[in-house]
Amino acid sequence: MNPLITGLLAGTAFGFLLQKGRVIRYDKQIGALLLKDMTIVKFMFTAILTGMVGVYLLSDLGMVALRIKPAVLGANIIGGLIFGMGWGVLGYCPGTSLGALGEGRWDAIWGILGMIGGAALFAETYPMLKSNILTWGRLESITIPEALGVNHWLVIVVIVAGAILLFRWLEKIGR
Amino acid sequence: MKPSSDQGWSPYLAGALSGVVIILSAWLTGNYFGASTTFARTAGVFESFILPDHFAGLEYFKIVAPIVDWQVVFVMGILFGALLSAVTSNSFQLQAIPDLWAKRFGPSRLKRGLAAFGGGVITMYGARLAGGCPSGHGLGGAMQMGISGYTALICFFIGGIVVAQTLYRGRANS
Repeated sequence: MNPLITGLLAGTAFGFLLQKGRVIRYDKQIGALLLKDMTIVKFMFTAILTGMVGVYLLSDLGMVALRIKPAVLGANIIGGLIFGMGWGVLGYCPGTSLGALGEGRWDAIWGILGMIGGAALFAETYPMLKSNILTWGRLESITIPEALGVNHWLVIVVIVAGAILLFRWLEKIGR
Repeated sequence: MKPSSDQGWSPYLAGALSGVVIILSAWLTGNYFGASTTFARTAGVFESFILPDHFAGLEYFKIVAPIVDWQVVFVMGILFGALLSAVTSNSFQLQAIPDLWAKRFGPSRLKRGLAAFGGGVITMYGARLAGGCPSGHGLGGAMQMGISGYTALICFFIGGIVVAQTLYRGRANS
């Protein structure tokens, strides 16, 4: 099928579910960062768990290819922290900013324009970064089971169990 | 698990269904979710029109070319899907200032606009440096148990928690 059609369908389904889950609002995103309302954490980890079981099952059956970004810990950590600091001010992440606009939260437009500007700024500085930060801490193995040298289902069971305990605790304390 | 118009769906239900969409997408199209590359491609489109000579010399846009690919239409779809859900459930609401922001920083649209813009610049610079955002690293990376995915996801939250706690210190419950 035409990738531009499947992409639009997948995005539409995801945007629909993001809005139904009420996770695209500034109040929900900042609520999670203030540790007051963990709706987005529940949404995100349920999606991760479901996807993880399904994708690895299909991968074991040879029906799906894994596509994992290489681990470059310096860039992942420094970039991740910078992202978080901007996210704490903007209150939308790149994907949810479009969803927020879709449900009428039009302050997201300023964030979207800022993000396009941030990407342009990154392009300017890319030649300076590519031989240092973007290579710092590059790992050989790219997945957790690979690094630990264990079967992936063992790690999946541990992550699923940990997430269920987290969910139970969040429900208990009412966040 | 109870759909209702103003409360929405349980985040566990909506999250699990999103997981199913991701599985179908990986299986049928070979694509995992992501969003931030699209912003880089869009920046390239603008620069190629506004500053074509400068654009031509930028190495980054040779790697991340200004093209329309699966992810670009996926990101457009998020807007459409959220609009569809909001309009059909009566929860579409034009709002210039988020409630929580207004309570803390007041009703100035200029202030919110500048903060959102500046926050957006920092957000995307970090996402491109980290190699992805909460969609690419957080969903796609973490579900494939990528080390980069979990590392970035933890750092997104650490940075965000520090800044949000600082901005809302002592006022979050008011």
